[in-house]
Amino acid sequence: MSTLEIRGLKVSVDTENGAVEILKGVDLTIKSGETHAIMGPNGSGKSTLAYSIAGHPKYNITGGTVTLDGVDVIEMTVDERAKAGLFLAMQYPVEVPGVSVSNFLRTAVTALRGEAPKLRTWVGEVKEAMEALNMDPSFAQRNVNEGFSGGEKKRHEIMQLELLKPKIAILDETDSGLDVDALRIVSEGVNRAKAANNIGVVLITHYTRILRYIQPDFVHVFANGKIVEEGGPELADKLEANGYAEYVSA
Amino acid sequence: MTTLTTNYLTPTGREEAWRFTPLKRLGGMHDGSAIVADRHSLTLAGSKATGVSFELKSSSDAPVLSESDDAIVGRIREAARDVAVLTISANTEVAEPIILKRTPGDVQSAEFARVQIKVENHARATIIVENTGDTHLAEDVEIYVAPGANLTLVSLQEWGAKTVHAGRQHAIVDRDANFKSIVVTIGGSLVRLLPTVEFAGPGASCELFGVYFATSGQFFEHRMFVDHKVPNAKSRVNYKGALAGDQAHTVWIGDVFIRAAAEGTDTYELNRNLLLSDGARADSVPNLEIETGEIVGAGHASTTGRFDDEQLFYLMSRGINLSDARRLVVRGFFNEIISEIGEEEIQVRLMDRIDNELAKAGA
Ligand SMILES: Nc1ncnc2c1ncn2[C@@H]1O[C@H](COP(=O)(O)OP(=O)(O)OP(=O)(O)O)[C@@H](O)[C@H]1O
Ligand SMILES: [Mg+2]
Repeated sequence: MSTLEIRGLKVSVDTENGAVEILKGVDLTIKSGETHAIMGPNGSGKSTLAYSIAGHPKYNITGGTVTLDGVDVIEMTVDERAKAGLFLAMQYPVEVPGVSVSNFLRTAVTALRGEAPKLRTWVGEVKEAMEALNMDPSFAQRNVNEGFSGGEKKRHEIMQLELLKPKIAILDETDSGLDVDALRIVSEGVNRAKAANNIGVVLITHYTRILRYIQPDFVHVFANGKIVEEGGPELADKLEANGYAEYVSA
Repeated sequence: MTTLTTNYLTPTGREEAWRFTPLKRLGGMHDGSAIVADRHSLTLAGSKATGVSFELKSSSDAPVLSESDDAIVGRIREAARDVAVLTISANTEVAEPIILKRTPGDVQSAEFARVQIKVENHARATIIVENTGDTHLAEDVEIYVAPGANLTLVSLQEWGAKTVHAGRQHAIVDRDANFKSIVVTIGGSLVRLLPTVEFAGPGASCELFGVYFATSGQFFEHRMFVDHKVPNAKSRVNYKGALAGDQAHTVWIGDVFIRAAAEGTDTYELNRNLLLSDGARADSVPNLEIETGEIVGAGHASTTGRFDDEQLFYLMSRGINLSDARRLVVRGFFNEIISEIGEEEIQVRLMDRIDNELAKAGA
């Protein structure tokens, strides 16, 4: 049982005109097995929250705390956070030229488990994960995200979620750019990974359609750098009907 | 000391061709002060395949195939009494790579070596030259790829830390012939190579690949020249370099000349450099001279950059630590070219060496 606790998190980025505060005090607690949906307008800071938790160097934490089972996450390097059990499926996964998916995955799993996986079982695991997400086996030999379509990149992220087995996963717009079939396949992947490892999931999304496949326990409305309302699944339907006007103008 | 007739060529460092090279570190190969060593360090490894001959000929029996205004090449041609000649006879297809090895010499004297590689009509071969150990070597390699022939030449500079190697690899590529060269420079104190190509017949093509990795104090220069002087020839150049550590210095010059007669030319050259630490310097100068507008394409690109933070972040967010992430990115950067060699064992060896150099540099 794990708990990721975010308290009063303030984050700024450096710009030509000095530091700009983007997160203005975020409070959020995610426990194993829970699914939290975060919805909010463009530019409200959802990805900033995700990247800040993962430790992207661009974001400066200026206040608040992030702890995983009581241990300070902010002090950790990016790889230490992954080893502690955090995972971020990125809105825009990065291309790494010349590094094959299979080499990347093997290096990552070796780092996370502290020892190289047995080759035979590992190859089987990867093959199975790829098949489950309807990815052609040839992807293993391709370079990480290089030339992948938008949807293929998202599948690749969820494949990593299944293989790397984190405690808490933040999925940043994993549903964007997926066709109807891919949305179902990817959602099933998330549900499978979640069920197998009791992962706590944060789902950042603009659309309720993914929530039909992945049932949220909590829905949070994010606006102007903080959470402005919280509720159950019914809140998502309300947002879809009414938009964010009442939160943005407030 | 006898006066060599090439003295007039002695560079001062102000010449365009020499302005980057630290002349003092050339061991006197450029100004005639080097002691001329009496050694022939190039050997053929393994057994000779049918249709392949490798012999030492006297200079008079192996006249030069090309002109050069390079001071060191001039001195080699004066000093060398013999020429190592490798010939692939017409229509021969050599299945396995032919391995040539340069055995280490010494650094008190310099070997002035002439080499000729002749691939006769419609022959096909891969030649791998492995350079290891410490030596001073001035080398004039002339390559002739006859009509319809196909040569892949892999030149591996895996030298020891004291080596000074100044060499020209000049390929004359005839009608419908293809020349592919892969130059890897990852060892030595100073390496200055001139991979040059001269198209001698229409329909000829060349692909010139290269990687170099310089760490503290190393100077690696690759000075390309592709001479499009016949119609419908195609050239591709792709060199990638990485630098780590103080005073690491690399130079890449890409000269392409499209003469008036060279209609239908198709050329593109690319040089990318990865600066892995402060204090390193990468010079990159692409240069295209065009005398005819009737061409298929001509372009070049040159970039010099640092590690991409987004790539490192992505890898690290999957649990990979910083040094392993850097190693993956560097390997990935070089992989595109190294994989062109197509010999697994050699590729692994080169990548391991690159890993080691990277680890030593602490970048
Ligand atoms: N370097 C920067 N300079 C100025 N503003 C920045 C910089 N980086 C991020 N921002 C701003 O921070 C805000 C939050 O961005 P973020 O990517 O977190 O939004 P988001 O909620 O994920 O939006 P979307 O729904 O479009 O993905 C945006 O207004 C963005 O323009
Ligand atoms: Mg976003």
